[in-house]
Amino acid sequence: MNIVVCIKQVPDAKTVRFNTEKGTLVREGVEAVINPFDFHALEAGLQLKDTYGGEVTVLSMGPPQAESALKEALSLGADKGILLSDRAFAGADTLATTYTLAKAIKKLGPVDLVLCGKQAIDGDTAQVGPGLAVRLGLPYVTCVNALSVLDDGKTMHLRRINEDGYDILELEMPALLTVLASLNTPRLPSLKGKMRARKAEIPVWDARELGAEPDRIGLAGSATQVVSTWVPTFEARREMLEGPAEEQVKALVFRFKEAGILNA
Amino acid sequence: MLKVDTEKCTGCGECEEVCTFGAICVQNDVAVVDQDACTLCGICVDACPEGALELHDEERLLATDLSSWKGIWVVAECRSGVFAPVTFELLAKSRVLADKLSTDVTAVLMGHEIESRAQELILHGADRVLVIDHPELATFTDEVYGNILADLAKKERPEIILAGATAAGRSYIPRVATILNTGLTADCTGLDVRAEDRALLQTRPAFGGNLLATIVCPGHRPQMATVRPHVMRASAPDPGRKGDVIRILPGENLLGHRVRVLESVKEQAEGPNLSEADVIVTAGRGFEQEKNVELARELADLLGGTVGATRAAVDAGWLSGRSQIGQTGVTVSPKLYMACGVSGAIQHIVGMQGSEIIVAINKDAEAPIFDVTTYGLVGDVKEILPLLIRSIRKKRGL
Repeated sequence: MNIVVCIKQVPDAKTVRFNTEKGTLVREGVEAVINPFDFHALEAGLQLKDTYGGEVTVLSMGPPQAESALKEALSLGADKGILLSDRAFAGADTLATTYTLAKAIKKLGPVDLVLCGKQAIDGDTAQVGPGLAVRLGLPYVTCVNALSVLDDGKTMHLRRINEDGYDILELEMPALLTVLASLNTPRLPSLKGKMRARKAEIPVWDARELGAEPDRIGLAGSATQVVSTWVPTFEARREMLEGPAEEQVKALVFRFKEAGILNA
Repeated sequence: MLKVDTEKCTGCGECEEVCTFGAICVQNDVAVVDQDACTLCGICVDACPEGALELHDEERLLATDLSSWKGIWVVAECRSGVFAPVTFELLAKSRVLADKLSTDVTAVLMGHEIESRAQELILHGADRVLVIDHPELATFTDEVYGNILADLAKKERPEIILAGATAAGRSYIPRVATILNTGLTADCTGLDVRAEDRALLQTRPAFGGNLLATIVCPGHRPQMATVRPHVMRASAPDPGRKGDVIRILPGENLLGHRVRVLESVKEQAEGPNLSEADVIVTAGRGFEQEKNVELARELADLLGGTVGATRAAVDAGWLSGRSQIGQTGVTVSPKLYMACGVSGAIQHIVGMQGSEIIVAINKDAEAPIFDVTTYGLVGDVKEILPLLIRSIRKKRGL
């Protein structure tokens, strides 16, 4: 089974700070990690490889330092990593990102399954998976939290979560899935994997290598533009209710009443 | 018009494979285009390894002739005969935006045996409703819903398309935007228009709500956004409103899909679903044992809300993964959020800090959850919740 897992390097939520005045992310001192959902996409790919054989390729678009995310994926068992990196890719919205990723996946040759996390925790758009599937002409299912492959090795059964419950869906590979964290528990890197990752060469593909049209990538290829960003203030609203438990509860119920919460 | 350079074409079939409209097929080793079915999306042009396909320039120009795109569309969502509340929220918002732009509001209603529901959309603010009623639409599939909406938008040319950021909306609306080669802004919490250039100003949270951004789509049409449920306010139905209901038959070429729905299961929900709930009572590690989680359920029931969970409560097996709030779970913004026995790891906070009123109950007065709290109570949930439940019951005369 030829599997491509798309991963994104994102700022670690634990180290992220925001500049309230400028309304931007503070870049200094922020650790970069693999997007949490993408670990689950990778784990799904590795489990399928364990059962059916084949190859897992991890693909990431990002600055040169995103190489470390790909190396981490290799340490977990991915067979090869490819970094899509070019200054011209910067500022891409999901339209330009899916164009770029699709170019790379087509260049890799025939693939049975493309796996993505449900969304990246920085942009939170959840749009890259479906958009990429359209560009690759693949059927897709989002928000998968259980999957199995039937005996023919081609048909998949998937469970997709929605507001009311879930759907059980069937499709034939090749296909693209976006996965939830509840799909699996990601493995830890092995010592052997870590050593292999350290030595591994990560090829870097730029716009020319991909044969990408300049006006379809990065900021130039993006339909959307950010006009302003700001940090929302949760104005000093904190009030600690005081006294013994009974007093605190009394004070809370009073505030609930004032806010109209008990009217319903 | 889509043209095939027969000299370059090798008949490899890549274009046929990627065309979601069945508009291109290989005959006698060369690609042949069905111009009626073709929506000029250009996906095949990108896919062709030989560069043998070309969209004629006048078509591309037309696609970006901004002033020829008019009106606001709201994509209605009706699940098992019930409109998602966000549908009415979007109609109310669109009404305001349309008045600013001096244009009209169209609702798009897709489903099976659904035409009778069109009137409700008019009462809630639509000037006309496009109804696509077909057996193939009885169950939701990304391909059919997405293809029909994309095809309609190509023909009717709305300047704005809004849909709910629901499970279905966030899955198939990106398909539509990609086919239309336009911008899409996910999960918006604010919308406005700028009259001078008719730009849709789309505000959305990023980094789990730590950053807000306003986004525009200047050079492409339609301007598309999915909108977070429960943020905008629906208006009461106006029985005096009149509008047109237009029935549209979908072309056969739009009805193909490769994902089959074998079964749709409704799970016994504990109250309203998280993203639409007014009140959420979240249980964290502080409950110590599964049986104590009953207290959270009792309080949620009393307040007409639903129960949420932290990662720890899910890992402990007390609550299902679908109740998890936070970075790898659901992001919520109810009117009242009660974090009970929740310490407030950043991964949890990013999923709930947009809530209107946040109450936290925790034994540790230094717990980080108190940093985002409206009202903080220091104490054991096992002691405080029974008191609170009793006190609310008493106030209600129960």
